[in-house]
Amino acid sequence: MHLHKYEKKWLIFGISSLVVFLIILGFGAFWQGTHPQSHGVTIDPENVEANEAFRPENLGITKIDDNKYIVNIVASAFNYDFGTDENGAPLKHIRIPKGATVLFQITTKDVVHGFNIAGTNVNMMVEPGYVSSIETVMDRTGEYTVVCNEYCGVGHHLMFATVEVYD
Amino acid sequence: MGLEKIKKVSNNEILPLTISKQESRLYMSFIYVAIISLLIGGLMGLLQTLVRSNTITLPWGIGYYQILTLHGVVLALVLTTYFIIGFQFALMGKTVGISLKQRKVAWLSFWVMIVGTVMAAITILMGKASVLYTFYAPLKAHPVFYIGLALVIVGSWIAGFVNWHQLFVWKKKHPGEKSPLLAFMVAINMAMWFIASLGVAVAVLVQFIPWSLGYAETINVLVSRTLFWYFGHPLVYFWLLPAYMAWYAIIPKIIGGKIFSDSLARLSFILFLFFSIPVGFHHQLTEPGIDPVWKFIQVVLTFMVIIPSLMTAFSMFATFEITGRRKGFGGLFGWLKHLPWKDVRFLAPFIGMLAFIPGGAGGIINASHQMNAVVHNTIWVTGHFHLTVATTVILTFFGISYWLIPHLTGRKLTPQLNRLGIIQTIVWTVGMTIMSGAMHIQGLLGGPRRSAFSEYGGTEQASNWIGYQVAQAIGGSILFIGIILMLYIFIKLAFFAPKGIEEFPIAEEEEDAEPTPMFLENWKLWIAITLALILFAYTIPFVDIIQNSPPGSPPFSWPIGN
Ligand code: HEM
Ligand SMILES: [Cu+2]
Ligand SMILES: [Cu+2]
Repeated sequence: MHLHKYEKKWLIFGISSLVVFLIILGFGAFWQGTHPQSHGVTIDPENVEANEAFRPENLGITKIDDNKYIVNIVASAFNYDFGTDENGAPLKHIRIPKGATVLFQITTKDVVHGFNIAGTNVNMMVEPGYVSSIETVMDRTGEYTVVCNEYCGVGHHLMFATVEVYD
Repeated sequence: MGLEKIKKVSNNEILPLTISKQESRLYMSFIYVAIISLLIGGLMGLLQTLVRSNTITLPWGIGYYQILTLHGVVLALVLTTYFIIGFQFALMGKTVGISLKQRKVAWLSFWVMIVGTVMAAITILMGKASVLYTFYAPLKAHPVFYIGLALVIVGSWIAGFVNWHQLFVWKKKHPGEKSPLLAFMVAINMAMWFIASLGVAVAVLVQFIPWSLGYAETINVLVSRTLFWYFGHPLVYFWLLPAYMAWYAIIPKIIGGKIFSDSLARLSFILFLFFSIPVGFHHQLTEPGIDPVWKFIQVVLTFMVIIPSLMTAFSMFATFEITGRRKGFGGLFGWLKHLPWKDVRFLAPFIGMLAFIPGGAGGIINASHQMNAVVHNTIWVTGHFHLTVATTVILTFFGISYWLIPHLTGRKLTPQLNRLGIIQTIVWTVGMTIMSGAMHIQGLLGGPRRSAFSEYGGTEQASNWIGYQVAQAIGGSILFIGIILMLYIFIKLAFFAPKGIEEFPIAEEEEDAEPTPMFLENWKLWIAITLALILFAYTIPFVDIIQNSPPGSPPFSWPIGN
């Protein structure tokens, strides 16, 4: 098959750029650990409390070490359960100090949901039977909107919370 | 060994094949459904933008997600599939011919698809299937919705079987000759469609239908999603390849040129066949339960389609330049001037090509393993595919309609309709630039897709999103004007334009073109490689998903309001 001289150059240039690009992606993924979240832990969606992280008392934010936090959440149509405050009212707002390392763990009791802290890379699908988790460093202050970004039913757009990163 | 060039054969029977009245009726039937879908789907699109900008609230208890389901199903599944099948039948009829028996089976495919489409449409209109066009489990629609979808797929398979048979019969009659380029491309596209849609057919028949009918108590959610996306990515190439058919083999004729390279066109289609299917994980990058190493492998396979895309881009611009220079337009960019900018049959697909530059770049971002997390399920993604499918593909389909419809109805594209077509193209381009641009930006700011109007508790971020939603409504309103214009042009071309003979433009090869190598027609080899790539990309992770399955999910219908 005949390739035009310029087409050869074009393809060599294109394919080399592609190779470089893929090497960068691979380097990030395998050496720097930036794989997208792919947690393999399973859970019974009808009995999420069987996993300690999702017992009512463990929901919401917990400090586990200096500057280290865990946030556990149970999603259901159309709500994120971050636990309750001292008065027993449901929490819809959590506060995280700037620079803290935070592990978000979330599962769903019913249908598929999304969990996106808008404007950050914390963006996960939440599927029945699985725990989704991602660890991140929150290093910009401000108020972030948590949105469900996978369609879960008629109240999908009413499923949200807020995360505040403070100095 | 080389094959004879198409030119020789064209003298006796390829190109002069005429499309009979009965054939026209078949091809037009598919196109009628497509145009009705455009109107219905477009109206829903307009309503979506109006709801999302808080301009209107839907009356009579109609739900936002109900119209969004209708929009997705009617445009992404119905409009595209019907137009493509009608167009591909016309290409086959023109290049290899259709027998009486084949035509009868083709009608069967049409009616099976119609029955399926009507079943699905009724459930959506009754509010029993507001699960969006991806119907993710464990949201449960009415069983008739799934049965309808299955029938649409089965109907499309029948069309594919007819296309293969058409080519087979032709090859029998022309031993040792290479198949006509367009027939080859149609056969490839239908092969890809068949292999890919097997996945969603299995999901629907084995998982969804028994589960929605209550015969199975639970469904394996991740398996159903994996089967869906095994189909969902090739679905977009099923839309794109017919546009490429027009770019490679029809546009050159419209601009008065020749096919740049018959062999490269075939090679690029073969590469699309290989690399469209084993890549579905790039839609599942942020999902739990799938090994990230296999996600990465499929990401690499995804990027292989860049190679045939680069080949296509080169071919297009090479054809433009060669044709221009041959007509005596010199200089570095002088050849650009010769292009028939005032011919809508060229202008609409050309803008489609241009839209594919940002569209393709956005696709690279979406599929990049890590960057995906920035945009996944934000409205950026919706902006992306309104550039690719709703601009590149749709404008090319419009460009095809301007000559195909009058050709089939025995009328002519008049200068007035041509001018109106140019206006339509510009309206569409302006509307889409505004709507898609606003979606891209809002997505980068974190705005979610598939969402009715919401203030999200009045956060600052959410209030920033609303301005972009207003911009989308402005773009959407302009687009809807484009849809009305297109409908008007369509009705004119189908029923009222003056009688005459509109050309069915099919480009020829250069006189001195190199012969097309024989191995390009080695169908068994291409299918074997395709299947091998699929087995490689999917076997291990799929077994892994099944072996590590959590308890299944019962059906949920209350979240969709049932
Ligand atoms: C008048 C022209 C159009 C307008 C105003 C429009 C508007 C929209 C809007 C606003 C959305 C996003 C809704 C959301 O995420 O909440 C959407 C989604 C979508 N549009 Fe369009 N659109 C138009 C034409 C098209 C065309 C021609 C196609 C395909 C051929 C198309 C395919 C889709 C698909 C597949 C979705 C995704 C549905 C989903 O997420 O379930 N649209 N459209
Ligand atoms: Cu949701
Ligand atoms: Cu894809």
